[in-house]
Amino acid sequence: MLSSRAATRSRFVDWTAPFAIALVLLLAALVLLPMFRLLMTSLTGEARQLTLEHYHQLFADPAFVKPLLTTLWTSAAVGVLCVLAAAPMSWLVSRTDLPGKRLLRTLILASFVTPPFLGAFAWVLLGGPNAGLINQWYYALFGLKPFEATPLINIFSAGGMVFVMALYTFPYVFTFVANSLDVIPSELEEASAILGAPAWRTALDITLPLVMPALLAGFLIAFLQSMTLFGTPAILALPAGIDTMTTKIWSLFQFPPQLGLAAALSLPLLLITVLLLRAQSAIMGRRGYSVIGGKSTGTRLIRLGAWTIPALALFAFVLGSSIVLPYGVLVRTAFVKNWSGPVVGNLSLEHWRFVFFEFSQTRLAFQNTFVLGIAAATAGTILVTTVGYLSLRKLVWGHRYLGFLATAPVAIPGIVLAVGLFLSYTQPPFVLYGTLSIIFLAYLTKELPVGYQQIGASLKSVHPELEDASRIFGATRLRALFDITAPLIRNGVIATWIFIFIGSIRELSATILLFTARTKTISVTMFDLRESNDWGPIAVLSITMLLITFAMILLINHFTDRRLT
Amino acid sequence: MRWMKWNCGIRTLPIALLACAIAAPAAGQETTPAMLAAAAKEGKVVWYSSIDVKVSELIAKAFRADYPNIQIEVERSGSERVFQRINQEYQSGIKNVDVVNSSDASHFIYWKQQKWLAAHTPPDVKRYPAQFKDAEGYYAGWRATLSVMGYNTTLVPAKDAPTGYLDLLDPKWKGKLVKSHPGYSGTSLTGTYAIVKALGWDYLEKLSKQGVQQLQSTTATPKSIASGERAVMVDGNEYNMFIEIDAKSPVAIIYPKEGTPFVTSPTAIFAEAPHPNAARVLQNFLYTAKVQQLAVNEGGTRSLHPDVKDPPGRTPLAQIKILPDDPATMLPLVADIKKRYTALFGN
Repeated sequence: MLSSRAATRSRFVDWTAPFAIALVLLLAALVLLPMFRLLMTSLTGEARQLTLEHYHQLFADPAFVKPLLTTLWTSAAVGVLCVLAAAPMSWLVSRTDLPGKRLLRTLILASFVTPPFLGAFAWVLLGGPNAGLINQWYYALFGLKPFEATPLINIFSAGGMVFVMALYTFPYVFTFVANSLDVIPSELEEASAILGAPAWRTALDITLPLVMPALLAGFLIAFLQSMTLFGTPAILALPAGIDTMTTKIWSLFQFPPQLGLAAALSLPLLLITVLLLRAQSAIMGRRGYSVIGGKSTGTRLIRLGAWTIPALALFAFVLGSSIVLPYGVLVRTAFVKNWSGPVVGNLSLEHWRFVFFEFSQTRLAFQNTFVLGIAAATAGTILVTTVGYLSLRKLVWGHRYLGFLATAPVAIPGIVLAVGLFLSYTQPPFVLYGTLSIIFLAYLTKELPVGYQQIGASLKSVHPELEDASRIFGATRLRALFDITAPLIRNGVIATWIFIFIGSIRELSATILLFTARTKTISVTMFDLRESNDWGPIAVLSITMLLITFAMILLINHFTDRRLT
Repeated sequence: MRWMKWNCGIRTLPIALLACAIAAPAAGQETTPAMLAAAAKEGKVVWYSSIDVKVSELIAKAFRADYPNIQIEVERSGSERVFQRINQEYQSGIKNVDVVNSSDASHFIYWKQQKWLAAHTPPDVKRYPAQFKDAEGYYAGWRATLSVMGYNTTLVPAKDAPTGYLDLLDPKWKGKLVKSHPGYSGTSLTGTYAIVKALGWDYLEKLSKQGVQQLQSTTATPKSIASGERAVMVDGNEYNMFIEIDAKSPVAIIYPKEGTPFVTSPTAIFAEAPHPNAARVLQNFLYTAKVQQLAVNEGGTRSLHPDVKDPPGRTPLAQIKILPDDPATMLPLVADIKKRYTALFGN
């Protein structure tokens, strides 16, 4: 086998090396150029001199230190909440005889594709302290009066923000853990059961250590995801006078933009994330294992018995809060005149008529959103598949850099990336501001890690032995790639495309700095409507966006083997 | 390269003359058939506006009905946001806006200083009072509104309602107030500045301790009290209050006893508008008595047009104590006002 590897290398180094170098340069331009501009701008003063004044201002002024602290603790809280909810959920779905798993998985997928800011909109309508529907029910039930009694929920708070963020971030953790459970053979667990360990013991002693890397990865992604969100804090925390890093950067970016400060403010974020990522790879790096050689055998499911009820209650709470109630309130809002009034006598199609027949932004916003989503998903999938294959198979010089560059954007909050892109592409030679291209670059860069992760998982699950076997029987590497690896990762590729597409059409935090009137997307249009409290049209646009997303997923599921639901 | 210009000039002279003949009316003020033809050729007009999104589309619909050949695109946001977007775009060399409407009248002074505006006086504007239009014809007050207080009538009985700004400092309003943001809304900025002039920063500092919910737009605050999310609104558009009242929402207007900020909201054409003729057609259209009356009736605004009448049931301007706007004095203070305000109330 070793000799076959060596042979491969000597035969293909000729054309793969230049190709890889070109890829490294492309990725570097994509990822590093904006970050370089960011760094330079943060160190440049008014008179173009080198200075630390921006940093000085940053750490001397509580107006900047406070958002940093808020961001850190809220993101950590979201990460913890997500792990606490997602770990048992994924175990229940994967290892027990819980009823309705398909439906539950579908609903979790639905929370994954629900744009977080859309959930935040819905939760304003549900958990606004006085007019929010949940509080209205609560007041009515106990004969209380708004303003006099303490509301059941005040969504306009740091806690409210953490809750809503966690609702739409937990699917990341769930996916990580569930995928990991799916590929871990259950033989070890069965052995433990045969030796007489109760189910919980097996879960804690055998399964948990096996999925620990996935849990940590999940926590990390949840942390980073929350830290980079702009919409949720802007919708839920700003009205309470709470700033996070992203909202602070956004406000610094308002005209006339204080670019030096905005750049300086984004670098501590970058640093923290890089450190966290290093820690994560240190934990996971040594535990790399490829556990599937062929197809895994069926798992014996653990009987839940009476535990079915509390297990289902957990799902009901999480999915009720992330899907059922928010979707319900959006539908309700879309079909009534006054969102906080009773349904009876209040029904109306007025908002639908307005959005689709009068609102002049609708068509352009949809068009832009789709052009961007399709372009970013297609380009992104091609890019990460190539990069993933080259770097994970360690085929070429520079594979480390490829992997690093493709994952690096995970450390870059969308809004920070947008500042970097703005700095890089508003002046000659590359003037892209005002075109869809700059937003396309943002989406492509931002989705690289997600795509890379997704395709990487598929690639890792196909052990090189399979390709090597085919090579031993005389196939060329390309032939092995197409005959062996390609069919095995096909679903992974399709999933990657969907992941990037969905990530793109819901993007807000980078778009909010890069859009102009001609290049508005649906998300930005909704954000504009939010600033004037036009909840009816927001609900209509939300529902439409969700319907299109779900239609896409159904369509693609139809063509694959229904693995997604 | 001079000869090249010459050369081109000669060769294209007949075309240039023709273009002149078509373009010339653009310099004129009335909507002539030639201007209309040129506008139809441009096919489109882009209107950045800060008026409520539904009212703006109402105007756009009326425009489409009159000029089916010109597609109208509305880009609505808060005045300060509109200002930021245009400046950002111009700084980056993007020429997208044709006609702009903002409730922060100081924007027009700034843009005029930058020489970004085109002088154009719609026929109707000649009859507008002199204090509401630029002497050189660069802009004129398209609409006016008052930045009023208001309350939810189911949450607050009329007899308990506050009567002015100072009343809001009463502890009983703690956690019940909602206010718009001068960093986003021009009406809020103009209104907040008027409050500062009348009562001082000292007042706002005390107000900020009342647990005020901070929204962005002055179109948002009336919707907030209509939904019952907050009981009393510190500032909001009078026109949105009229719309809510017409829709039978449980709200009532308060004209504060200290005076109500009066906010003029001009429109202007950009000198480098990508659709200059269509821009002039729209600008002329906006100031006609018909459109003004439509905005007043359906959109609840106040008009500066001498022929336009307020519908019955609305308090006539003459009976309201007004705090006039003063954009020229405000202009150099804008950044400072926003900064101090944000320090007190957040973003």
